[in-house]
Amino acid sequence: MHDYPFVFNLTWLIPLPTALAFFAIIFFTNPKKRLSSNVAIGAVIIAWILSWAVAFAFFLKPELTEHPFDLHVPWLPMGEIAFHMGVAVDAVTAGMLFMVGFVLTMIFIYSSGYMTFPGHLDPKQYPEAAKEGLDPRYSRFFAYISLFATGMLGLVVADNLLMLFIFWEIMGLCSYLLIGFWFDKSYPDPNQITPKQAGLKAFLTTRVGDVLFMMGLIFLFIHAGTLNFQAIFANVEFMEELAAATVTLPVFGAVSWAVLISILIFWGAIGKSAQFPLHVWLPDAMEGPTPVSALIHAATMVSAGVYLIVRMAPLFAASSHGVNGAMTFVAFIGAFTALFAATIGVAQKDIKKVLAYSTISQLGYMFAALGIGAWVAAIIHLLVHAFFKALLFLGSGSVIHGVEHGHHHVHEHGHGHDDEHGHEEYFDPQDMFNMGGLLKRMPITGWTFIAGALSLSAFPFITAGFWSKDEILAHAWDGGHMAVYWTLAIGAFLTAFYTFRQVFLTFFGKPRTEAAEHAPESVRAMTWPLIGLAFFAIFGGFVAVPKSFPVFGKIFSDFMIKLMEMQGEFYPFLHVAPAEFHWTPAIISMTLALSGIVVAWLVYGWKPLEAGQPDPLKRWLGPVYTVLEKKYYFDEFYHLIAVRPTLWLASFFARFDRGVIDRIVNWVGAFGRWLAATLRKWFDEYVIDGAVNGVGLVTTWTGAVVRLIQTGQAQTYLLILLLSVAVLLLLIPLR
Amino acid sequence: MTVPLSWYLIFATALFSIGFFGVLARRNAIAVLMGVELMLNAVNVNLVAFWRYLTPTDLSGQIFVVFVFAVAAAEAAVGLALMISIYRTRKSINVDELNELKL
Repeated sequence: MHDYPFVFNLTWLIPLPTALAFFAIIFFTNPKKRLSSNVAIGAVIIAWILSWAVAFAFFLKPELTEHPFDLHVPWLPMGEIAFHMGVAVDAVTAGMLFMVGFVLTMIFIYSSGYMTFPGHLDPKQYPEAAKEGLDPRYSRFFAYISLFATGMLGLVVADNLLMLFIFWEIMGLCSYLLIGFWFDKSYPDPNQITPKQAGLKAFLTTRVGDVLFMMGLIFLFIHAGTLNFQAIFANVEFMEELAAATVTLPVFGAVSWAVLISILIFWGAIGKSAQFPLHVWLPDAMEGPTPVSALIHAATMVSAGVYLIVRMAPLFAASSHGVNGAMTFVAFIGAFTALFAATIGVAQKDIKKVLAYSTISQLGYMFAALGIGAWVAAIIHLLVHAFFKALLFLGSGSVIHGVEHGHHHVHEHGHGHDDEHGHEEYFDPQDMFNMGGLLKRMPITGWTFIAGALSLSAFPFITAGFWSKDEILAHAWDGGHMAVYWTLAIGAFLTAFYTFRQVFLTFFGKPRTEAAEHAPESVRAMTWPLIGLAFFAIFGGFVAVPKSFPVFGKIFSDFMIKLMEMQGEFYPFLHVAPAEFHWTPAIISMTLALSGIVVAWLVYGWKPLEAGQPDPLKRWLGPVYTVLEKKYYFDEFYHLIAVRPTLWLASFFARFDRGVIDRIVNWVGAFGRWLAATLRKWFDEYVIDGAVNGVGLVTTWTGAVVRLIQTGQAQTYLLILLLSVAVLLLLIPLR
Repeated sequence: MTVPLSWYLIFATALFSIGFFGVLARRNAIAVLMGVELMLNAVNVNLVAFWRYLTPTDLSGQIFVVFVFAVAAAEAAVGLALMISIYRTRKSINVDELNELKL
């Protein structure tokens, strides 16, 4: 037994406060909106404090990487083995707890300011909520995000794959509920996806990945007999056997079990982290309230997929002993998605959709890093990305909020006669072409957003995003993975371009609509979390500057890299050697990132767009722009190959049901009725009725006979008694 | 010469039969009650006789007789009270006419 800090024993408490808050809000405080949000925020702050206590206790004792903490109790006994329920703390957990606790708290506080009365609802229908100025389902929102926080914190501290899977699914459920939170919202354009449909799409798409993930879990359990991470990874012999044992699959031929299990588990991550080809749900998930996008679809839930692969990395590494299948697959999917999503991001109009594609792209970077063995870089990019992407999402939410308010302001004061025309023209507060010049109107939102954007586009030296992304690129170059390096480098150029396209369109130039002209700065509950997150988005990288980097390596700390490397050394098969510094890739990636920003400035910043002016890219790229804008027609393609056949099959079965099954059922029914009528006529009338009437008649007769001796005179009864006794005495022979 | 036990028993049987005949055959309810008294006393004779001849050391026979006396007195009192009440409502105590049990 090692000398663990006491606070580790409280790790299992981390997911509890928010779970209790969920039940408290559902059962008790639901009618009181402000109380509900305070309960949720209080709970998440407790969870945050606990998370940071555990995280810092670990950071203070880096030697604990050699002896990860694990505390578990038997849970589901099954025959001779039992599933254990427990928590584990190692460097990865500590890093995740540090990030998740803080980001969750910021987003909860932000939500309390964001969830005002939504524009798509009729205030007359919800008079009370409209008077308070809060969403009619404000309490429910906080209940959902509390449950979500439980899922995320539970996932991070879980010490086995089964619990991880359970919390994973809790998050999937919350994601569905929260994307469809404004389920009564609809758009004038019937082709635009509604929140309700988006929720279903997200749930069903991730389901594809989750089923394969569960198959992987089952196979792993069959072979290992346990799902505890440390129990599996400590058993090097078992892992080697698993990598050597092969199974013959149709189409693929002989595959080692380790590769098969790794790839099945990776499919869970593909679904959850929205990687190609299951990426389609994430952009549409932006239909949910913006804090949800930040919480679930940027900072925490989607990174759970990366976290899963980080956790299972030893298995992936072991599987590359034989045929290098699993890692190559991960690297390919990651790098491909990183570039693919970045190209789509270039042509999006919706401020949140750009961020959604950027999230998909950045997650692709992490998977690519994992695929090429840059385990440490993947973790650090995961942590840093969560901060700046949550910041960008919350910033975009603040912008949308401001523009919506500006729109209402204009609508109320400027166009009093609008009501005569019936419905006003539909106004999209998320369309970046409706914005412009917002930096003056919303300075805090603007500057924090720019901080996040710099970090996302990896602005050299001063941003956290640079250090984490550079680390991945350095590993790709150093490891000789040139295809991965160039894909990611081009992705980095596009990332910088679309990010600053967004910044210039939104914050610079002149306001292109009246709504943007009147947009107010957001309330303090929303701006403070932005400042908190901006701090980490910029300075968070300074604990992860590689020692080998010239000049900066001496100034700043490489604490996080060291810690994760030590953790990686503990697990078998992982090779976590730090990347050598090379000037060529560093200069290439810096140049690409900076030129992305410059190109964005040339297109959108130098001569700002006028109101109603189309995107200049549209003219230059022509049909390519349309393809990008339509997201490579993936939705249409899936509609054709998955949705349409399903609907066709369903309608075929509906017709089969009506034509064949119903007819058989009706025929059986008619036969039954005929049989019943016949039986009623013969059997019922003569046999049953006869029996019943017979019983009645016999009783009547007996009564008529017996009533003769019922005279009512005591003397008669006595006489009968005497005679009876006499008869009995005669019958019983005297002895 | 002592009187043998069977004499008492024959006497008690005769007394019981006379009483029972009275209960069955008399129409006057008071006479029926008197028959009942005779039957009870026939039992008393039996009890005393058996005590004297079979278990002279045990007082239970005698005590039982005393109980029968007491119960018989109570029964007579209740019975006569009922007769009076019946007479008041029906102006008759003829048992042939008392057939309300039938209803």
